[in-house]
This record gives sequence, structure tokens and C-alpha cells, in this order.
Amino acid sequence: MAGIVALLLLSVFIGLNYYNQRTSNRRLSVANAQIITANEELAERQEEITVQRDQLSNTLSELKDTQRQLIQSEKMASLGELTAGIAHEIQNPLNFVNNFSEVSVELLEDLIEEAKAGRTEDVLEIAGDLTQNLQKINHHGRRADGIVKGMLEHSRTSTGQKEPTDLNKLADEYLRLAYHGLRAKDKSFNAELITAFDESLLPANVIQQDIGRVLLNLFNNAFYAVHQKQKTAPPDYKPTVEVSSLKKDGQLQLIVKDNGNGIPESIKDKIMQPFFTTKPTGEGTGLGLSLSYDIVVKSHGGNIAVNSKEGEFTEFIISLPLK
Amino acid sequence: MKILVVDDEADVQPLFLQRFRKEIKNHEFEFDFALSGEEALDYMKEKHSEIVLILSDINMPGMSGLELLLRIRHDYEVPPPVVMMITAYGDDENRNQAMSSGANDFLTKPLDFNLLKEKLKELEH
Repeated sequence: MAGIVALLLLSVFIGLNYYNQRTSNRRLSVANAQIITANEELAERQEEITVQRDQLSNTLSELKDTQRQLIQSEKMASLGELTAGIAHEIQNPLNFVNNFSEVSVELLEDLIEEAKAGRTEDVLEIAGDLTQNLQKINHHGRRADGIVKGMLEHSRTSTGQKEPTDLNKLADEYLRLAYHGLRAKDKSFNAELITAFDESLLPANVIQQDIGRVLLNLFNNAFYAVHQKQKTAPPDYKPTVEVSSLKKDGQLQLIVKDNGNGIPESIKDKIMQPFFTTKPTGEGTGLGLSLSYDIVVKSHGGNIAVNSKEGEFTEFIISLPLK
Repeated sequence: MKILVVDDEADVQPLFLQRFRKEIKNHEFEFDFALSGEEALDYMKEKHSEIVLILSDINMPGMSGLELLLRIRHDYEVPPPVVMMITAYGDDENRNQAMSSGANDFLTKPLDFNLLKEKLKELEH
């Protein structure tokens, strides 16, 4: 009897054990299934993340492309504004080349006449003039050449190479180009151009075309400001744009000042923002100052500061490290 | 005949002297030069009675040729010098502005020296 009881107990025990094991197994397989599902979900998410990452990186490169295009179109817009100025600046030396070569032909006829008549003194005088004229032709030819080279520099994509640059010369050139550019659009416009350069300034190590663009942009803005003011100012208002260079606190400064409308206090901290412009739609890209900021601050380790009094003046101070 | 040429480009000076070489030699014309409107007015203070003709560029830094013209017309009534304006911008607007400001003639750059010579010879008679 005891054996039967023991057998019964044993089989109950075995049955229970079997049951427990089955339950555990079932739980295990449920857990396994959950893990598999979770894994699948994880894989799916990872894929989603990868897709999103790729999309983002595409968007980023599209943005970069757009930025490049914007910079280029801003450059071209400012070049467009320059075209008339460039034409005028080239026309001037070209006139001299033509005039001096024409008068030289005349002088040669005179020279032959004087030689035939045996007037040696006159012959020598004319010969001296001819030498001078050929030098003038060469000088003005080079002047035109320099302007064309400068224009090509400006439109070319930046090489990003810093090279020793005569900033006084660069500022002087772009001041004239900007002035004649505006004059060609509105011939009634006249402004006084003042230059006050520190002649002892050594060539600065800068990316020439980039700093050129900064200057051009500041000049264009300055002429725009005095031009706008002139429209409503009394007749004795004298539009003036001044550029100066100096050394200060171990830095080199270029200062562009105009006696135009000034910048209202309310927008002073917005002017360096991309796409911010006060010009009517279609007239300004709103990128000029923002690009100038990038060029001066980010690629040259310099600084742009602005002083202005509404209705009276604006002054931009570019500081660049002296190497 | 004494002529004052006002232009901020110094190289117009040898150009005039050479173009009118014979006339200068024959004492038909005499040239003087000023590099700015301001300089021209200084010159006029001393020698306005000698100057018969002023040839002035319009687009100069500082005082423009048109301002110079107005000053001359205001300050020197007797005898009024003949003033010819020269400019690279030969459009009607510029011409009208010069003529209404009292210019006697209006020439465009590049200067046609043969035409200028004719005009000067006409003035002599």
C-alpha cells in the first residue's frame, strides 16, 4: 500500500514538474518571441534612422550648394552694379591710349618736317615728346589692364589663398568702381570721395578678392546711404564717402564712413543677419554684410564694428590682425 | 587767346600742349591748367581778365565741373569767359544740365581734338 502511495506521489510530483516545465517553456518562448519582435522593431528603427540620416545629409549638401549659389549670385549682383563703374574706369585710360597714339602720329609728321628743314632743336623736342607719349600709352594700358584683372579676380571663385595685399590700393580701386557704378545709373549723383590712407601700411596677408568684396559691399552701402539722403536733404547737403586706413593696437583698421541716413537703433543688431535688407525687394540680396562678416571674422580672425547716428552718419570699422 | 583747362587727370596737359603745338608756337593759343575746380577758382581770382575760355571736365573729385561753372557765372559777369564742359557721360540729361547752368558748349570724351580746334578757331573771329 505504501508502495502505491509512494508511486502516486511520485507521479503527481512528476506531473507537477512537467507542468511547471511546460509553463516555463511557454513563458520562455513568449519571451523569445517578444525579443524577436523587439529586435525586428529595433532593426526597423535603425533603418528609419539611417534613411533619415541620409536625407539629412542630402539636405545639408543641398543647403551647402544653395549657399554657394547664393554667395555666387551675391557676387554677381555686386559685379553687375560694378559693370558701369568698370566701363567708365577702363574708358578713361583707353581714351589716353587713343589720344596719345593719335597725337604721336601727328608729331611724327611734324618731326619729319622739322628734320627736313634742319631744325635740330625742334626735332629733339618732338622726339622727347614721343618718348614721353609712348610711356604714357604704356602706363594707361597697364591701368586698364589692372582694372580688367581686378574684375576677373572679383568674379572668380575664391582661391582661399592669403597673399600680401596693398589694402590702400585695393580700397582706392573699389571706392572708384563703386562710385562710378552708381553714377552710371544716376548721373545727377555726385559725391565727395575722401581717402586718408596710412602710407606706411605694409602689405597685409589676406584673401584679396574676399576683402575686396567686403570693401566693395561697404562702399556700395555707403553710396546708397548718401544717395538716399540726398533725395530728401536740403540742397547744400554734400554727400561724402570716406575711407581711411590706420594701425591701432597691433591691428590694422580700414574705416568706411558716410554722411548718409545712418542706421536706426532698432535694426542695428540685425544688419549682419543673412537676408536682412532695408532695400526694396529685388534691389538687395541681404547677404552683403552677412558675407562680409563671415569673411572678416571667420576667415581672417578680424572684426567688424559699426558706429552710426540715425540721419547723420555710418561708420564701419574692419579690424584685421597685423599677421 | 588764353585757355584754362580744368581736369583732375594730369595727363591731359601734355596732350593739349602737343595737340596745339603749332598754335602755341605761333602764339595763337596759350594754355594754363588746373587739376580741380577749387584750383581753377584760385587761378581765376588772379587772372580772370586774361582768360578767354575755360574747358572743364564735369566729373572731378571735390568741386564738380558744374559747380565750378555756376561759381564762374556768378562771380565773373564782366567779361564772361566762354565755358565749354567736357564729360565722359554725353547723355542729354547731362548736356541739358550743363547748358542750363550757363555753359557755352558741351563736348564728350574721348575729346575730338579736330572738332575742338575748329571751335576754338571760330572763337578767335
